[in-house]
Amino acid sequence: MAGTLSFAPDDRCNAFITTCDAAPYGDGKLSGVAVAVKDNISTCGIQTTCGSRILAGYVPPYDAHVVSLLRGEGAAIVGKTNMDEFGMGTTTETSGYGPTLNPVDQTRVPGGSSGGSAAAVAAGLVPMALGTDTGGSIRCPAAFCGIVGLKPTYGRVSRYGLVAYANSLEQIGPMARSVGEVSRLMEVISSYDSRDSTSFDRPYTHQPSADIESLRIGLPQEYFGEGVDPRVAETVRSAIGRLEDLGAETVPCAIPSMAYALAAYYVICTSEASSNLARFDGVRYGPPAPTQKQWHEAFQEVRGEHFGKEVRRRIMLGTFALSAGYYGKYYGKAQVARRNVRQDFERVLGEVDVIAGPTMPTVAFRLGEKSDPLSMYLSDILTVPANLAGVPAISVPCGTVDGLPVGLQLIGRHFAEEQIIDAAYAYEQEGSA
Amino acid sequence: MVSEIEIESIAKLADIDLARDEVAGFTREFNAILEYFDALDQVSGEETLTPELTNVFREDEPGGCLPQEDVLANAGSTEDGFVKAPRVM
Repeated sequence: MAGTLSFAPDDRCNAFITTCDAAPYGDGKLSGVAVAVKDNISTCGIQTTCGSRILAGYVPPYDAHVVSLLRGEGAAIVGKTNMDEFGMGTTTETSGYGPTLNPVDQTRVPGGSSGGSAAAVAAGLVPMALGTDTGGSIRCPAAFCGIVGLKPTYGRVSRYGLVAYANSLEQIGPMARSVGEVSRLMEVISSYDSRDSTSFDRPYTHQPSADIESLRIGLPQEYFGEGVDPRVAETVRSAIGRLEDLGAETVPCAIPSMAYALAAYYVICTSEASSNLARFDGVRYGPPAPTQKQWHEAFQEVRGEHFGKEVRRRIMLGTFALSAGYYGKYYGKAQVARRNVRQDFERVLGEVDVIAGPTMPTVAFRLGEKSDPLSMYLSDILTVPANLAGVPAISVPCGTVDGLPVGLQLIGRHFAEEQIIDAAYAYEQEGSA
Repeated sequence: MVSEIEIESIAKLADIDLARDEVAGFTREFNAILEYFDALDQVSGEETLTPELTNVFREDEPGGCLPQEDVLANAGSTEDGFVKAPRVM
């Protein structure tokens, strides 16, 4: 049944940048289901800003592959969600359209960078949403808002039409209030796309099962050590204890490359950003560059004025890391570090089926709490390794500390979303009872 | 350690305007982050190609493309079906 869905949410958390008050939908697996889409995913005819003032008013002339798939299965695209500018942040506070508030506690951030998607789902404005995850941007807000979020294996979901920030790390993924809904959305968005040369033909078609008898779960010491709030670690340990009650077996393990994974991540993502964001110059889209001025002067002006601080900082860090004389010290080393991270995960995941730990080292921060950029970067320590290794990871709610949600993170082998989804489903169905 | 002068020069290389009163803060935060990046000094080994990965190419055949008016719709300044850019000289 095709039709039009009217959508007028009470958006007191500022989850949306753009809403569509009459959203068309069609037939299919998601017929008439309201789906919110993160604002860095291109939607034909609907403004797409990436949370940046430099793309205010930009209306894409084409759909991202995932959006075509959603429309093809009948979903109603009801709006574009708020995010850290170009995905650069862990709180959604760097958005050029004001911060999103956490629906669980409005004095707290929802996490980021897909904070709008997480808040829209957690507040019940939509049943499901798409986010993107470059270094934790789906899992962090899922954990902070108490919902489920999946970062798929690199290559399992097409990035065509995703406005690039750090191509080698980022993936589009599903967010919803239950594992079953995340699984349902994943089934729709995972499909081969020749327009993304990193796309794999490994569609996801899976019915979640709570049978985790003899599942081997690795517990890396680094995920429960220094820097992790002991109450968060305890909450996650007790959730893993429930998985043991359900028949899983736990094994201690180590990921020594965690010592430098975060540094490698920030070198790589800023380097890629410095190249990707060169296209925002006010010529083909965005606020117009003053054409009567000299080339560089005009670009510096439009980019200085419309990029926020964090975006400018990351472009500059990447420009520096790639510059002559520093390449070997930063980018070259970061690539070797990345290989080590990947090998650590492959080694551990050869011995166990899934790796478990907290998604975030703490519960949601207060608004304005992370004013120092490095302290914000450090909070990504438990999520970036999965992006460096390209493996899938899911965050599922597993309790609260001080009334704020805690996420259990489950990391799996390449293309083994089915296994982490089953483990998350088992916890959701049986463990939290 | 990078100096304020180097920060201004990096900003210029990246085509980013920094306000004069932002330079000191950017320099301080930049140096704290670079100090953290020193964690990479403990990484040994050389960059190598990943043999299991291959490039994905396609035949160089023309495909469909967007109509000109759609492509130009978002440009701030156009003339005779072209986007207009700032002066080069």
